[in-house]
Amino acid sequence: MAERIQKSKTTRDKSESTAADTDNAADAVTETGEKIKADIDDLLDEIDDVLETNAEDFVKSYVQKGGQ
Amino acid sequence: MALPKVLGIETEYGILVRGGDNNPVSASSLLINAYVAAQREASRVGWDYEDEQPTNDARGYSMDESIAPEVETTLVNAVLTNGARYYVDHAHPEISTPEVTNAREVVVWDRAADEIVRDSMTYAGELLDDGAEVIIHKNNSDGKGNSYGCHENYLVARELPFGRLTSQITPHFVTRQIFTGAGKVGCELPGRPHDDIGYQISQRADFFEEEVGLETTLKRPIVNTRDEPHADPQKYRRLHVIVGDANMSEVATYLKVGTTAIILSMIEDDELGDDWILGNPVPAIRQVSHDPSLRQTIMLRNGSRATALEVQWGLFERAQKYVQACGLDSVGADVGADVMAKWEQVLAGLERDPDSMGHWVDWVAKKRIVDGYADRHGLQPGATRLKAIDLQYHDMRPDKCLASRAGLDTLVTVDEARRAMTAPPETTRAYFRGRCLEKYPDDIVAANWDSMVFDIGRDPLRRVPMMEPLRGTADHVGTLIDSSATARELLDRLGQ
Repeated sequence: MAERIQKSKTTRDKSESTAADTDNAADAVTETGEKIKADIDDLLDEIDDVLETNAEDFVKSYVQKGGQ
Repeated sequence: MALPKVLGIETEYGILVRGGDNNPVSASSLLINAYVAAQREASRVGWDYEDEQPTNDARGYSMDESIAPEVETTLVNAVLTNGARYYVDHAHPEISTPEVTNAREVVVWDRAADEIVRDSMTYAGELLDDGAEVIIHKNNSDGKGNSYGCHENYLVARELPFGRLTSQITPHFVTRQIFTGAGKVGCELPGRPHDDIGYQISQRADFFEEEVGLETTLKRPIVNTRDEPHADPQKYRRLHVIVGDANMSEVATYLKVGTTAIILSMIEDDELGDDWILGNPVPAIRQVSHDPSLRQTIMLRNGSRATALEVQWGLFERAQKYVQACGLDSVGADVGADVMAKWEQVLAGLERDPDSMGHWVDWVAKKRIVDGYADRHGLQPGATRLKAIDLQYHDMRPDKCLASRAGLDTLVTVDEARRAMTAPPETTRAYFRGRCLEKYPDDIVAANWDSMVFDIGRDPLRRVPMMEPLRGTADHVGTLIDSSATARELLDRLGQ
């Protein structure tokens, strides 16, 4: 199977259209990733206003009954 | 050819009352009753249990003797005009979406369920003492070893051999979590310290102990064998999937059900093959969850090893061939093609850099917040404040929810989700159920997935069977319902 995996990856790399599509898709993803980094930085700046004031007690009191 | 993949999702929400009686059963009842009263809909319509058989096992026997029927724990029950069921299951409020025909429709009615829960919190809060509130989380674990589910349902052909279905679907259930996992701070494996694992991919993976079985609350199996089709049992099964996490990300929900529906179609058409069958699925599902680097390998049945990403690429490439050979009509051709494109995109993104998928993948989005906060405040992995972030990622209160601040992409507008709180999908029998409940609420005494019972003042009560999930659509009965002023007129014209 290791061989098959290698082969399947090579097939994927060799398929130019697929590889190009994947590259384009991944480039778009990288750009989006950078935007998300900025979003996360903004969120971290304000997160203490959103977190429960007594976050540790809140976590401790959060007990659920098991379900399905 | 594969059957149309009629599907739906059911979510058990976490519930907490702060500043009041924190009994989860009464809180869940309060929540649902407050919503139903506010909507003035379906309040007198009860759920009809006659056809429920949760103890029937797909492997061909019934376990009535050995486990208590779960339906007995169900208390409050409402059927909504959007065709959904809103009820208390165990000690949680649960919403089952109406049956739909593709992944995008699942997202619409899953988002509608979230909006219903948010409105319910508001209405219930108005009934509580000042300062008390009901708090709902769309998660699957309390971080203390208690789990509750987000289940998916898929229509599959009865003639499909169940053994093949089980073995071939398992690799997807074990590895799809790399894009469907909702993320968790800490470990909940029995016998291991909570802080043994700083962060893992899935909320649910620690709770799976068997490969195949009927249980849903103890010794949970990766493939659940409940055989309760809610449709013609000669023709259909309903695959009841209990292995997934509840997603805050709409794209994650879309990919979770979209890819699974495609794989099920492939299995039905015997186009998936056995290449990716796993050697030991139960340890593998945990291994994958415990490895956010996505580099660890799991054992395949043939003795070789592969990463979860490699298994997913393998399944994806098989799916590409399947699409070329057979098309995607069974999952909705347009939605199916879009699912394929996004599936490839998410795998490519995760392969390059998992962090880049934080706009689609919940465990990545949550991890970035957890890691960023730990860096800024010098916290150790597993610190309680990080657990608070984990919990609040899933908080359904708009002013407390972290997921809604994490930059997640959306597929559905708020308006569309809110319309779906009362409007049924037009593509399945849920349309008939929902429209009848909206138009003739006083004449309906019971509703179920596969039947409606009317009381139109003549003896006996009239039971309308709905054993075909794709009959009763807007195309079939829309005009009939529009032009029937009363339920009696409707039933007369239906020949009932």
